Amino acid sequence: MNKTTVIVGLGSCGLAAGAGKTYDEFHRIRQADKIDFEIKKTSCIGMCFREPLVEIIDETGKYLYGNVDVKRVDEIIEKHIKNFSPIPDYIIESEKYKSEDASFFDGQVKITLRNCGHIDPESIEEYESQGGYEAMRKISNTNMSPEKVIQSVLDSGIRGRGGGGFPAGMKWKFARNFTSDKKFVICNADEGDPGAFMDRSILEGDPHSVIEGMMICAYAIGASEGYIYCRAEYPLAIKRLNIALDQARKKGYLGENIFGIPNFNLEIQIKEGAGAFVCGEETALIASIEGERGMPRRRPPFPAESGLWKHPTNINNVETLANIPWIIYNGPEEFAKYGTEKSKGTKVFALTGKIKHGGLVEVPMGITIKDIIYKLGGGITGDKKFKAVQLGGPSGGCIPEYLSHTIVDYDSVNATGAIMGSGGMVVMDETTCVVDVAKFFLDFTQKESCGKCTFCRIGTKRMLEILTRITEGEGRQGDIEMLEEIAHTIKDSSLCGLGQTAPNPVLTTIKYFRDEYEAHIRDHKCPALSCKKLLTYEVIAENCTGCMACAKGCPVDAIEGEKKQVHNILQDVCIQCGVCFTKCKFKAIRLS
Amino acid sequence: MRIKRIIPQTAIDSIPMPDVPDLALMDPLIEKYKTRKGNLIPLLQGTQEIYGYIPHEAFLKLNRETGLKLNEMYGVATFYAQFRLSPAGKHIIKMCHGTACHVQGVTAITDELSDLLNVKDGETTEDRIFTLETVACLGCCSLAPVMMIGEETYGKLTPKEASKIVKEIRRNEKLMENAKS
Repeated sequence: MNKTTVIVGLGSCGLAAGAGKTYDEFHRIRQADKIDFEIKKTSCIGMCFREPLVEIIDETGKYLYGNVDVKRVDEIIEKHIKNFSPIPDYIIESEKYKSEDASFFDGQVKITLRNCGHIDPESIEEYESQGGYEAMRKISNTNMSPEKVIQSVLDSGIRGRGGGGFPAGMKWKFARNFTSDKKFVICNADEGDPGAFMDRSILEGDPHSVIEGMMICAYAIGASEGYIYCRAEYPLAIKRLNIALDQARKKGYLGENIFGIPNFNLEIQIKEGAGAFVCGEETALIASIEGERGMPRRRPPFPAESGLWKHPTNINNVETLANIPWIIYNGPEEFAKYGTEKSKGTKVFALTGKIKHGGLVEVPMGITIKDIIYKLGGGITGDKKFKAVQLGGPSGGCIPEYLSHTIVDYDSVNATGAIMGSGGMVVMDETTCVVDVAKFFLDFTQKESCGKCTFCRIGTKRMLEILTRITEGEGRQGDIEMLEEIAHTIKDSSLCGLGQTAPNPVLTTIKYFRDEYEAHIRDHKCPALSCKKLLTYEVIAENCTGCMACAKGCPVDAIEGEKKQVHNILQDVCIQCGVCFTKCKFKAIRLS
Repeated sequence: MRIKRIIPQTAIDSIPMPDVPDLALMDPLIEKYKTRKGNLIPLLQGTQEIYGYIPHEAFLKLNRETGLKLNEMYGVATFYAQFRLSPAGKHIIKMCHGTACHVQGVTAITDELSDLLNVKDGETTEDRIFTLETVACLGCCSLAPVMMIGEETYGKLTPKEASKIVKEIRRNEKLMENAKS
């Protein structure tokens, strides 16, 4: 009889939700009560909204438990492990039972995330038990030539998952064609889009898949040195990468004549980013590894010709690299089975915002945005009205509700004015103001602009000023046109992707929600009731208990009224700071 | 633009600077990276790891012993968000201002803490217990709004809860201080 196994999800999300304490509690009770079961750890399975997650495998099958905080551990051990009676109330999914939330997994196809949430990311043996490093063995055993490897990647149709969508095989081919005594392969793990965390999950959950992907790339282009450029804000990912690299070195998977392939030598090291969004751009990333300010350089020459320290360099993003071993092992035609004509395979999305089931999902290309939101994501929080979805972070754009039948592939998404980007999908409901969202992204890109190109440096600042005055009720006639003009100039005259895409959130929101901009400017109204300065605050007399909480909090003494009497807000004194609204415990302040 | 992060001299003058740090602590770090290509950023990162910020004297030492130019080091140190040129508080509060947190109302929480601690973004409290910082994305979007204090992440916050957490930490710090004296 196999021992019962308890697997606790210890990704960053899980840890933030308290999974570390859950893990310790299982250990503690096992020790104290001398119960015989095994405890393992794994990483994120993507179901962030039910963290901490615990999977129990016993002889009757697999059971996935959700929201297992410390208090529930004892009960689960007592009932499930000791007495073999699972607790249906807490189960998300098992072979016999499926909760409503399990619909989150329906329609997902896991290629990139094949091992995430299933194996112990700190064990190379577990990776290998799932077919890990078999792609490298296949290359070695079948004497697959570098050209043939590149052809497979081309045939799979995989396009860069970091945002650009450039065919990965083409990139490899370019890098292969330049001769040099030294070439580099770089993994771009500088995931900076606010609202995207798929790369972090892959690095934390399956670091070996990325390392194997880098090996295959190095073999194909003829590189002997590799760098993983990872955000310093991802300490757990860096820790697990270091463990994985050590394990690979010990097994002889890194070093010289790897997998018995003569003259195939590779060493990989980690470079920690120091916090600059622009370093996600390849040439800026290279400058940063070289120890300079992360500022983009003019292309051509492209990195494939003259990259790191002027040597041919290939840069791929984490998600792209994680797919490579699967493609080589299973064959490109298996990968190309999924997706649309021009966008093959699957894509990982980070589903966040006003959505019931937030988390990481991997779906085949070609699924509609609506299906992702309603079928996988369970719909909008509080069943409010779905307004728009922001795709591609600060470089992307808003797709309104009426275009939610748009299918997920590079070209269809581009046609809306948004971009696929790295896969952040932030859902907005009727209470989200699109002008405010556009301002938020501009504020981000404005701060992150490296300052090299004049139009990006100054243009984003001017756009932010205009957006700020619009959201504060100071908008002027002609502001929308001015925004559009500056936006197009920035796009046309910036060197790198940051500047070329920075105005996208503004342009798409103007395109689809022009009336909201106009309402702010002409009527000084925010239809979503979100822009504080454009609201009026009133007391709802029947709810007010006269507790004085709002009056005490008001910084300008705009609230009059005695204790236990209905208060009144003096509109000409009020500065719309919103303190009264947050202080009131009786929902007696109305926004309009 | 990024370079705006330079701290004005008046602000630096108002911060009580600790005495000249023990520069010998940097020796192993310099030994390790001295001859490596692209060593500037790892050297600065290592220095900050030791002192919590990059002291003025450390720049001079790096210049003397590695030959890296002062202007290049200063240029890099002011470009990247990670580097500090003045000491931070004991606890760094990182407020996530990613998209998901923004949509879920993190601004109100940052405002609340800013009022409570009487500091603006990037500043340190007078008692040197807290530094308040806004960061782009901590990657825990489904727990939004999120803040991180030290290694601990707090999710699904409200302004009230956030200030409760911060007050609690401050109280414990004060208790510890009193116990010492």
